Amino acid sequence: MLGRRAALVPALAILLGFALGALVVAMTGRSPADMFAALLQGLSGVNLAARSFNPRYPGEFLVQAMPIMLTGLSVGFAFRTGLFNIGAEGQLMVGSLAAVAVGLWVPAPTVVHVALVLLAAMAAGGLWGAIPGWLKARFNVHEVVVSIMLNYVALHLNNWAVVDLFHSVDHVKTPILPATALLRSPALSALTNGSRLNWGFVPVVLSLLLYWFVIERTTFGFGLRAVGFNRECARYAGMKVNRSIVASMFVSGAFAGLAGAVITVGIFGFGRAIPAAEGYGFDGIAVALVGGNTAVGVFLSGLLFGLLKAAQPLMQSQGIPKEIASIIQASIVLFVAMKLGIEYLVGRLRAGDAPAAPEEAGT
Amino acid sequence: MLANDRVSLQVEQGSVHALLGENGAGKSTLMGVLFGLVPPDSGAIWVHGREVRIADPNDATALGIGMVHQHFKLVHNFTVTENIVLGREPTVGPTVDRRRAAERVRELSRAYGLAVDPEARIEDISVGMQQRVEILKMLYRDAEILIFDEPTAVLTPQEAQELLAIMRRLVAEGKTVVFITHKLREIKAVADTCTVLRRGRVVGTVPAATTSEAAMAEMMVGRVVSFHVDKAPARPGEVVLAVEHLHVRNPRGLVGVKDVSLEVRAGEVLGLCGIDGNGQAELVRGITGLSRVEAGRVLLKGRDVTALPVKERNALGLGHIPEDRHRHGLVLDMHLDENLVIHAYDRPPFSHAGILDFPAIRRHAARLIGDFDVRCGQGGATPTRSMSGGNQQKAVVAREIDRSPDVLVVVQPTRGLDVGAIEHIHRRILAERDRGKAILLVSLELEEILDLSDRVAVLCGGEVTGTVEAARTSENELGLLMSGAARKAS
Repeated sequence: MLGRRAALVPALAILLGFALGALVVAMTGRSPADMFAALLQGLSGVNLAARSFNPRYPGEFLVQAMPIMLTGLSVGFAFRTGLFNIGAEGQLMVGSLAAVAVGLWVPAPTVVHVALVLLAAMAAGGLWGAIPGWLKARFNVHEVVVSIMLNYVALHLNNWAVVDLFHSVDHVKTPILPATALLRSPALSALTNGSRLNWGFVPVVLSLLLYWFVIERTTFGFGLRAVGFNRECARYAGMKVNRSIVASMFVSGAFAGLAGAVITVGIFGFGRAIPAAEGYGFDGIAVALVGGNTAVGVFLSGLLFGLLKAAQPLMQSQGIPKEIASIIQASIVLFVAMKLGIEYLVGRLRAGDAPAAPEEAGT
Repeated sequence: MLANDRVSLQVEQGSVHALLGENGAGKSTLMGVLFGLVPPDSGAIWVHGREVRIADPNDATALGIGMVHQHFKLVHNFTVTENIVLGREPTVGPTVDRRRAAERVRELSRAYGLAVDPEARIEDISVGMQQRVEILKMLYRDAEILIFDEPTAVLTPQEAQELLAIMRRLVAEGKTVVFITHKLREIKAVADTCTVLRRGRVVGTVPAATTSEAAMAEMMVGRVVSFHVDKAPARPGEVVLAVEHLHVRNPRGLVGVKDVSLEVRAGEVLGLCGIDGNGQAELVRGITGLSRVEAGRVLLKGRDVTALPVKERNALGLGHIPEDRHRHGLVLDMHLDENLVIHAYDRPPFSHAGILDFPAIRRHAARLIGDFDVRCGQGGATPTRSMSGGNQQKAVVAREIDRSPDVLVVVQPTRGLDVGAIEHIHRRILAERDRGKAILLVSLELEEILDLSDRVAVLCGGEVTGTVEAARTSENELGLLMSGAARKAS
């Protein structure tokens, strides 16, 4: 849960980020008001200037938010257990491949097929994530190094598989998956004036709930948190530290793998060869960081970053460089990383009315 | 939190002024104010009759106030001399004048009888010598008022004796010493005056020479404290913990414990004493399963547990109060109530089918907090990191004693605790003994060993140099065994 104090820094960071974005817009000679109008349009579909409403924009904004919430959960889960999973990107690609494989090769009736696709993606992403976990547990190899390297392996594995394993005709995409394997929803699409909105939000919401439940309410999460904060104490208490590292990376990878499936069977309907990583994993780090690694926080910051992504074309149509959105996103992350500095400033501002508590009571 | 409530303190030049108080009484906060680490909300400070403002440690140094912190602030890979002159190096042109620096350090060390090797690296010298380096740092900066924050907590009994002698010498040279402690014996030995703090308020200031230890303890705790541990004679039963020819290596790969054999019976306390670093840690790690055993066996209630992991040893009835509460005993970033179920969170009543039962966890915490007088701001929901060291220790002890394991390995259970808390924990340990539990007590405090133990085993150089009856031994005999100068078969 986000406590009031815990939410203070991200909230201030977001305000400062938008202020900085507005400043940069003003420096380019455009009106910051246009930027906020574009953001409002992305969020609600309301176009103030034209006095019109188009529900396609909020639909697209949610489509952007869904996968980065999942990669945010992936990174956040690892963080909560003392690990840095920088490999969500690769786990996502492997999850997407597994989704394509089950979609193309395993025939099944409607709902069952989608469920199998999602579970396969989670299992594949989980296993991919468990590799750095196992290497860390067994040989004490740092998980950051291994998971970064595995991102490249996953990228090339993906591109090889799309062409040679799934027999891509155009060397770019696999054959289209059968409708039973997809999360497409003509109804949701129609409701949002033809956006790509799909049933993907169902696994995303379930994942958010599951994340909260596992971390905060289960003995499994308790053990993982203890290992994450103090490995020595966990060992002293009789916990299986090595097993816990592997398990944590598996769960972390599973969230990222699910993100891959949500993109592939929710938005595209086929597997894609890609020239380079698409940045979902790194967005996940930002989402987890700003969201304080809590389920509620990841949900909110996922919405925010999804909005910033979705608003880019709208800003461009207002004559505002779309890179402004990236500047805002980057500066929010920067300000959150300056947590201590912000807390210090807030403390100084408050020092007038409330005395600062001494750091430690006497021993 | 209000740590100091309208505290007034007057320290006379050329005296040793002790500051006595329980864990969390506000001693360290008060000294933090004097040294510019904690800004006061109200009040004033006078030095040599002049009102001063101390905003940071530089102001304090300029006023001639120096502080030896409980945890030393030294650069480990620098030499003694480099540490002492750091920030105020004598220079020749742009370079440090090492010769003059070393000369000045030698001068100071001679003048005050502070034996140090100016060329040694900090990481290579003993804790006692590191502390002398801290004192020299203050003297090098011309400190007139020297504050010692629980300086003997980290020292061996011999080093502590030496430190007290050094304090007297400093005072003889005209310096003023403020000595924060909760050890009454040391106050009697060295202090002229003693100010007692309780829960952030001054209870009184008394002359140390004419006030009895009992009276000071009563002022500090607010009730009569018994120093003598009353214990009934032990009624030892069967051997429940046996260590046979145990060999354990330490983390650096050296042999820490060589061929150690011990037996602890149900209903008795076996004290294990020795100078720090003579194999106690390795022995405990071998028994509790934290380190791999090279050779030999550990038997728990007759069962060979040498190859079993920690969890299974715990399940068979082994408990452990670890030496280092921060490293092993607690997860500081979790709440107090979570720490209190760190062994048992995965089974009823604290969880059912993998789901934590928070109401049960909170009830458990509330009971232990009350039973062991753990002082924490927000009850079970207190972040463990925000608690004072003494109260963290109480939490660990409470958790382990409450589990009431058949065999309890207790390492330094009262380190950093005040007399009131020590009395309580000693009583609880003996109560466990009287309920037929076996206790292996590892402590560096000889007094504690002699007070609680029924038998005492002495470790020296990783070997048992003797096992004696506690009632028929003396500190002197133990000292000889600890130094390896004597051996005694049980």
